[in-house]
Amino acid sequence: MALLEVEGLKVYFHTRNGVVKAVDDVSFSVDCGETLAIVGESGSGKSVTCYSLLDLLPKPPARIEGGTALFDGEDLLTCDSTRMRHFRGNDIAVIFQDPMTSLNPFISIGEQLIEPLIYHPDPARKQSRETARKRAIELLDEVGIIDPKSRVDCYPHEFSGGMRQRVMIAMALINEPRLLICDEPTTALDVTIQAQILTLIKKLQETRDVAVIFISHDLGVVAGIADKVLVMCEGTIREAGDTDTIFYHSQNDYTQKLLAAIPEGAKQLPNRAQPDNVLVEVTNLKTHFTDYNKPSNQDNVIRAVDGVSLSIQRGEISGLVGESGSGKSTLGRSILQLAPTTAGQVTFDGTSLTGLNAKQLVPWRRKMQMIFQDPYASLNPRMTVYQTLAEPLLYHGLANRKTIDQQVRQLMDDVGLVHSQLRKYPHEFSGGQRQRIAIGRAIATKPELIIADEPVSALDVTIQAQVLDLILDLVERHNLTMLFISHDLSVVRYISDRVMVMNRGVIIEQGDTEALWADPQQAYTKQLLKAIPLADPRMERVRLADAQADV
Amino acid sequence: MLRFAFYRLLQAIPVLLIVISLTFFLVHSAPGGPFSADKAVPPEVIKALEAQYNLDQPLWQQYVSYLGDIVQGDFGPSFKYPGRNVSELIAAGLPATAELAFYAMLVALVIGVSAGVAAAMRPNTAQDYIPMSAAMIGICMPSFLLGPLLVLIFGIHLEWLPVSGWGDMPGDKILPAITLGTGYAAYIARLSRGGMLEVLSQDYIRTARAKGLSEPLVIAKHALRGGLIPVVAFLGPAFAGLLGGSFVVETIFQIPGLGRFYVQAAFNRDYTMILGTTVFFATLIIVFNLLSDMLAIWLNPKLRQQAQGKS
Repeated sequence: MALLEVEGLKVYFHTRNGVVKAVDDVSFSVDCGETLAIVGESGSGKSVTCYSLLDLLPKPPARIEGGTALFDGEDLLTCDSTRMRHFRGNDIAVIFQDPMTSLNPFISIGEQLIEPLIYHPDPARKQSRETARKRAIELLDEVGIIDPKSRVDCYPHEFSGGMRQRVMIAMALINEPRLLICDEPTTALDVTIQAQILTLIKKLQETRDVAVIFISHDLGVVAGIADKVLVMCEGTIREAGDTDTIFYHSQNDYTQKLLAAIPEGAKQLPNRAQPDNVLVEVTNLKTHFTDYNKPSNQDNVIRAVDGVSLSIQRGEISGLVGESGSGKSTLGRSILQLAPTTAGQVTFDGTSLTGLNAKQLVPWRRKMQMIFQDPYASLNPRMTVYQTLAEPLLYHGLANRKTIDQQVRQLMDDVGLVHSQLRKYPHEFSGGQRQRIAIGRAIATKPELIIADEPVSALDVTIQAQVLDLILDLVERHNLTMLFISHDLSVVRYISDRVMVMNRGVIIEQGDTEALWADPQQAYTKQLLKAIPLADPRMERVRLADAQADV
Repeated sequence: MLRFAFYRLLQAIPVLLIVISLTFFLVHSAPGGPFSADKAVPPEVIKALEAQYNLDQPLWQQYVSYLGDIVQGDFGPSFKYPGRNVSELIAAGLPATAELAFYAMLVALVIGVSAGVAAAMRPNTAQDYIPMSAAMIGICMPSFLLGPLLVLIFGIHLEWLPVSGWGDMPGDKILPAITLGTGYAAYIARLSRGGMLEVLSQDYIRTARAKGLSEPLVIAKHALRGGLIPVVAFLGPAFAGLLGGSFVVETIFQIPGLGRFYVQAAFNRDYTMILGTTVFFATLIIVFNLLSDMLAIWLNPKLRQQAQGKS
């Protein structure tokens, strides 16, 4: 008998708008030393499935409508809250998605780490503060926190995202659980940190023989570490099987759609760059901020962009990659004069923008547009799609009252939205549709340059593929020049003609996409490229083994 | 932290100056004077009195000399209580008022926080609706209604507690403290409910539950500190408000506190007394706001470290 056997699990949400079947008749099992990956897009019910096992769902609205979940022969779904406390954190531990919000900011990480030990419901396993603290320091060391003896008394805000996730992992392991649930543990992290965390989880699993449930929306991430894969969509299981079968011999349409949506390989379209026709020229650009958290007598300057020179040819798509904090978004905003530049020059179509005041910039704003990362936050929730799309046209005098209707409808066609949705508000659309609206707004003024700042990173993989294709199509049809900013190297490779790699405020390497992929020169670039998970189990296992050997 | 406090106290100087100037010119522009209400006093006596208190000088000269006195900590003599100066009168009334405010604050915190936390634990159930409706009534109920009502029930009808006095009979401090504290309890209940609801929806609460901590521990250790920050921020203004707003309660229960002097001074045109008490209350408000801000900073590790880095 397996360690955990879930049979016919049903979790419904009873909302004002009716019953939502979040999880509908889901069955699976995990054994010791085994990794089960649950893969699905947002809203597929993968997290709800796992939270319901530990009674972590808000009730109401959630209600478990049926099924059993036998852990070591005992049903988790029917046990009372005292019994549940024995399972939580002791036999079954969870690593949550977002390490930035999952640790209590008011309590030192040492205190948070030892809590499962010092408040253990089982008196035999309960430990004193001193022994628990020693154990915490050992574990911090094991998950790769440097100088754990002094770091144990620090607060969460003194750690980076990757380090916080290590603390979360140490916290999950402190009671030697037999089942570890990882809910998108690397989604909020940079690709190099993701690689480290995945290697760490894999290593810990091998040394401790725990069962792991790994939840992810990204098939690439699970390819190397999962033994079995469960593909979920709309609360039901679409396909289940061992990893190789799912990746190489999938019978299911939805699984195949997921696999096909992973951006892979080189750009399909020819490079349309017009050589010797430079649209944007940036020389030694610097954007510095003052860090008010530091005393003014120390070095309190944040050098977000620190001496960047680049040029963008008319008609090309330039990719700008870098990890969080590398300054890539600030560089994009500085080029558009949306962030105050400290020094250097930005020339657009032969005119220097850096010296212009807000009023003088207005005609140039029409020619340079931006697509932002978060389509939920960057659209005004009180404006309809029509108003959002019409505003730039009217402001820049590109349309009058007679032609505006026609032009807005044309934009809706361009980005693949139907006319009947014109009078709707942003909250009535899905994430992908909202990003289409944002793209429509950006191309409304017929700009020459578009800076796209992580335009697809908030989207599910199938939607991401559609939006990328839309962007490529629009660039082609409207003769656009684009600077495409992303932390996701596969996406950048899929869309860009040329790539620039940014780290700590400077561009450390640039070149034609395929040339750079084939032969990266800088150590940092090599490290970045090596960290990309591959959606191919056999190759990914080799890559992970290599990475482990490197550690 | 010390540097933060120092800068905040520096900022207080112009605030106090504005308060003093406004009050000074307002009371002097009000019709009548400290000696005009007394009946049939010969003009030469009034003149002598005015000369004694420098009221015959031009207004700006009085203003300048008053400022000079205040800098030296001298609030001047009272016009209505001959032979006693304002500082003495404040010192006489302050103990009772401060004690009353302290008990009222205790009532407000205990009732307010427990009601708010209980409500936040089960939102949109009876456990939420009942204390929150009571809080709404508490906010709407003025103390001049609540006080007599409590006296009627517990003092006269049930005969459990004394109806007035301060420190004369056992238990005579209970009703005034409840009367004064109820409005603040209701407000604190609403603040702590909001703060706790916000914190209880945070991811780190889910982490704490997933660790196997019991629900009381999750609330007490993980949720309360973040959830009560709005309450802490409110403590400063609330305490100052309790000190300054105790007049009605002091009158109902015959308490020899500061509020009485304050209101009487206004009726009497007792210029120095009005100014003295106003400056005193303004200083209290500034100091208590500073204290509650410092407490809020100290409770948040990130802000605490920034503050320490600066000092």
